[in-house]
Amino acid sequence: MSRASRFTSFLKLVEGPQTLGNGPKFWSGFAVVLLAACSYPAFADSYDVGNNVYFFNWLFMALGLSLIWGYGGSLSFGQTAFFGIAGYSYGVLTINLGDAYGLTLFSLVMAVAISALFAAVLGYFLFFGRINGVFLGIVSLSVTLVLERFMAQTAGPEWVIGKARLNGFNGMGAMPSLTIPWPGGNIVLYPDITLYYLTLALLVIVYLGLRMLVNSRFGNVLVAIRENPLRAEMLGYDVRKYQLGAFVIGSALAGLSGVLYTSWGNYITPASMGMTAASLPIVWVAVGGRSDLTTTLVGTFLVLIVFQSLTIHGSQYALVAMGLLLVITVLIAPKGIVTALVEFVSKMSDRRKSKAEEVR
Amino acid sequence: MMPLLETHKLNKHFGGLHVTGNVDFALNPGEMHCLIGPNGAGKSTFFKLILGEHLPDSGDILYDGHDITRAKPFERIRKGISVKFQVPGIFKELSVRQNLTIALQYHVDPELLAEEIDQLLEFLKLADDQKQLAGNLSHGQKQWLEIGMAIALKPKLLLLDEPTAGMTPDETFATGEMLQELNREGMTLLAVEHDMAFVRQIAHQVTVLHFGKIFAQGTIDEIVANEDVAAIYLGEVDA
Ligand SMILES: Nc1ncnc2c1ncn2[C@@H]1O[C@H](COP(=O)(O)OP(=O)(O)O)[C@@H](O)[C@H]1O
Ligand SMILES: [Mg+2]
Repeated sequence: MSRASRFTSFLKLVEGPQTLGNGPKFWSGFAVVLLAACSYPAFADSYDVGNNVYFFNWLFMALGLSLIWGYGGSLSFGQTAFFGIAGYSYGVLTINLGDAYGLTLFSLVMAVAISALFAAVLGYFLFFGRINGVFLGIVSLSVTLVLERFMAQTAGPEWVIGKARLNGFNGMGAMPSLTIPWPGGNIVLYPDITLYYLTLALLVIVYLGLRMLVNSRFGNVLVAIRENPLRAEMLGYDVRKYQLGAFVIGSALAGLSGVLYTSWGNYITPASMGMTAASLPIVWVAVGGRSDLTTTLVGTFLVLIVFQSLTIHGSQYALVAMGLLLVITVLIAPKGIVTALVEFVSKMSDRRKSKAEEVR
Repeated sequence: MMPLLETHKLNKHFGGLHVTGNVDFALNPGEMHCLIGPNGAGKSTFFKLILGEHLPDSGDILYDGHDITRAKPFERIRKGISVKFQVPGIFKELSVRQNLTIALQYHVDPELLAEEIDQLLEFLKLADDQKQLAGNLSHGQKQWLEIGMAIALKPKLLLLDEPTAGMTPDETFATGEMLQELNREGMTLLAVEHDMAFVRQIAHQVTVLHFGKIFAQGTIDEIVANEDVAAIYLGEVDA
């Protein structure tokens, strides 16, 4: 195959059997949504725009969990561990290195790499130790809770890495925001319009990249493992390697969320790895429809907005509402509410089509 | 001739149950061999030992001259063994075409993949159902699909655990013809089967397993003429 045609067949993977939403109709919808997202800052206060980047920050972790759980069938209950590791790593690195010469960007890459490395080591013992199903959930949850406990007791002055105080349950603050070196003055990505566009661009890239990944041969094997791991192995696939691969990629995305969140708010606390934080991604992804990237993205975004508006009336109520939402989803639409809506709409349009044909 | 597959004194217990007892078995390249025996005789377990789904308590398994007794299942598959399970092991929530894609994708050039899948769908008479979820197929079609996935690997040794269960007599006969075709192209076959007409159609050699031990071996005519074998099927002989 020529290099050009290989490249186009690579790009074609953006559509395929593992993604809902293929064809011109879907991509027109995609373009409309993207256009709306791009023009939003023109109609809103720049303070609100910067604040709302918050919602984007979490979507990477949700997409990663969709890959690990929705596509690969391994329920990790501890994605917040990688979120926290990357967030703290970013804090420690940038407080020590500073924000000149693009060192915050270097720190971003390093922090994500550290969380990926941690995922690789943990995942190696989990998957090569054949820890599956509910045990995977228990172990991964334990890991994030242990990390939370550990970070919570680092309040004393002896807990310091270079210039960076870990600061225990009060959380670590005052790390610099992501900063892009630029001739004539660095661009500091405070929560405002520039950060909004950059995070949006990153989100589009990750979303499209993951679509290509899940429709590739790797993605084919991943869903095969979810459906029937023994059959997948008996087709010659080393199931453990694929599970580990998905886990590392998904966890690196949780790490990316952690860095973006930490840089956005200049703050990270142990609570970001606690029980509540650990369970929320499960709710977002399950409610939206975990076995598809698009339903995960849409569902997570909507649930985050609902959660946030409920929190205004009290965070306890919001959490109870999230729990209820999860229970309702599991009972009524186990594949996810967005997925169920998509299936309903396509069934209705099929029926209308066949009626129209009958009339003819 | 060196056997393609050999087991030496293979043993497997489940708790107190001796499911595979000192099995010495050899299969020559190019052979079509059927494994028969009453329910619970240990036929499926013998397959699982060959595949590495279970490890034996003692004994050796040799494949193509290599000791594979402790090899991982996927390593055995990559050496040229392939299997159709007794309970169809297909990917239920994926389309029929996806199922075959997953089996074939590393065995053909990416450019030729679509074409090969079309051919295989045609061969399996599943072309019209290729967009269906595999879980929605009839039982017979599921069997065909899984046989298709097993042969997609182009194995040297194909293990089939009750391949014709749930098929009509016509489908069973067609399956037999398909297997003979594959055998003519050089594939060695070992099948667990209950349907004697099917065994007669395809088997060069037959092994009878009873309480985990080899009870009798021979051509189909020798086995049918063997009164002890007839008796174990009626439950009159205790091994
Ligand atoms: N994983 C297992 N654990 C315990 N007992 C088993 C297991 N698999 C099979 N058996 C028992 O071993 C015996 C042989 O089973 P199997 O090999 O499936 O027989 P066949 O395929 O000849 O019908 C049966 O009594 C069955 O109940
Ligand atoms: Mg059996």
